[in-house]
Amino acid sequence: MRSLVLDCPGWPGHLPGQHVDVRLTAEDGYQAQRSYSIATPADGTRLTLTIERIADGEVSPYLADELRPGDGLELRGPIGGWFVWEPALGGPLQLVGGGSGVVPLMAMLRARAAAGADIPARLLLSARSWDEVIYRDELERLGAGGGLEVRFALTRAQPPGWTGYARRIDHDMLGEVAWSPEEMPRSFVCGPTGLVEAATRALVELGHDPATVKAERFGPTGGPG
Amino acid sequence: MGFVSRGFRGRRRADGPPGRVPPGQYVVTDFPVLSAGPTPDVPLDEWRFTIAGEVDDPVSWSWDEFRALPSERVTKDIHCVTKWSKLDTDWEGVSLDVLLDGVDTAAEYALARSYGGYTTNLPLEDLLDGKAWVAYAFGGAPLEPEHGGPARLLVPHLYFWKSAKWVTGIDLLAADRPGFWENYGYHNYGDPWLEQRYAGD
Amino acid sequence: MSDDAHVDGNAVGGMMIEAFGAEMTAARSCCAECGTVAALGALLAYTRAPGDVLRCTGCGVVMLVAVARPEGVRLSLGAVRWIEPPAGPPVSAAP
Repeated sequence: MRSLVLDCPGWPGHLPGQHVDVRLTAEDGYQAQRSYSIATPADGTRLTLTIERIADGEVSPYLADELRPGDGLELRGPIGGWFVWEPALGGPLQLVGGGSGVVPLMAMLRARAAAGADIPARLLLSARSWDEVIYRDELERLGAGGGLEVRFALTRAQPPGWTGYARRIDHDMLGEVAWSPEEMPRSFVCGPTGLVEAATRALVELGHDPATVKAERFGPTGGPG
Repeated sequence: MGFVSRGFRGRRRADGPPGRVPPGQYVVTDFPVLSAGPTPDVPLDEWRFTIAGEVDDPVSWSWDEFRALPSERVTKDIHCVTKWSKLDTDWEGVSLDVLLDGVDTAAEYALARSYGGYTTNLPLEDLLDGKAWVAYAFGGAPLEPEHGGPARLLVPHLYFWKSAKWVTGIDLLAADRPGFWENYGYHNYGDPWLEQRYAGD
Repeated sequence: MSDDAHVDGNAVGGMMIEAFGAEMTAARSCCAECGTVAALGALLAYTRAPGDVLRCTGCGVVMLVAVARPEGVRLSLGAVRWIEPPAGPPVSAAP
């Protein structure tokens, strides 16, 4: 996992949830392009991408291992007006993420914190193990600040004395931790396709209006990397 | 060439043996899955392959009838318009020469139709004379659904989008009619050696 | 149908910006086949293909196809009854 802080002259600003397309070009003209969520709220010409290194990937190993300060990068963006949230939209905020699907959700939570907003928010985050939870410390810090409830589901390995969930996100889990439909939350679900399918289906079964449940799938295995 | 990403080489690409890899292509060893839609679930007892259009009588085969036809095992290089080529791919299928044998038609064009609605067009002569098969096995095993099973068209001398996955029939046509990608901006013929990727190339 | 091959229309947002010259994922669309109304960003997107294919969430029919040609993006309309921008921006303009 690596966070890249990019300075983009002329950057028009962006909204939490938006992404950029990153295009790499080899000496021989070969190109590869991937989408990455922006991890931070608008901050002048600066933006942060958090890159999950996919072992057999093509773009993420370059961004995670090879890219050095001072290197140039071709970006297209900001992209997206659907899977976006900012404090002015209000809440409650219902966030469900898996693995690096937390990245755009983190931009929303950071924007919420930066605005000093007391908008009630809940995050249910799935990861294989405690060590693989991205932004773990920051999430615990934000969660201690009030108004934000963070719950974890560790699907493969749990630390000793773990009291959180120890299975994949499912209907019953969302029944326990999600806002009730009467609270009319704005729901954002992001992660691998299987998790997104399960979580969006469960939220709709629990009575949430499908139009208020916004999803961003990474693909079957977290994307081609 | 404009911007270059310092140190980026990309997926390992081999040039392949001389004369085997068309311009602009790189060789892969895996078998990328490309799809414009969901993978249709086609039970073999419902599968049919039908030749229709400009023919006096359409001909149609059930799976069992199709598999009873003489088939052959062929080794071919395939070239995808997204720039990967895969060498020495091993297929089993029924030659279109067998399927079209005895079909009396004045048509000069063909439109392949697939379960799920995909179509692709090509001149009829590109299906004849040992150039095309309806393939049902890959690498000695039944063709996986994600790669077009139960059966796909195999026309290896054209870009691989012409090798329609989940094929269920061919319409023989007097006038050419563009298929799915041909309608959306890809080349009508698609010769990889001439880099006929997009309409107008 | 095994259907984990798709992502969301959101993923095609960059292509749509090139084609329309504007952010389009929040625009609503109506399927000409079954009448389902959905944001373009919520359509089923098949992107591991020679182009990006957006299908209706209700019936699966092809609604939009974007192909990145060397001279620019060609965006083709399939079964689209209408497309409209969101009624008032869903979010304020980015700072």
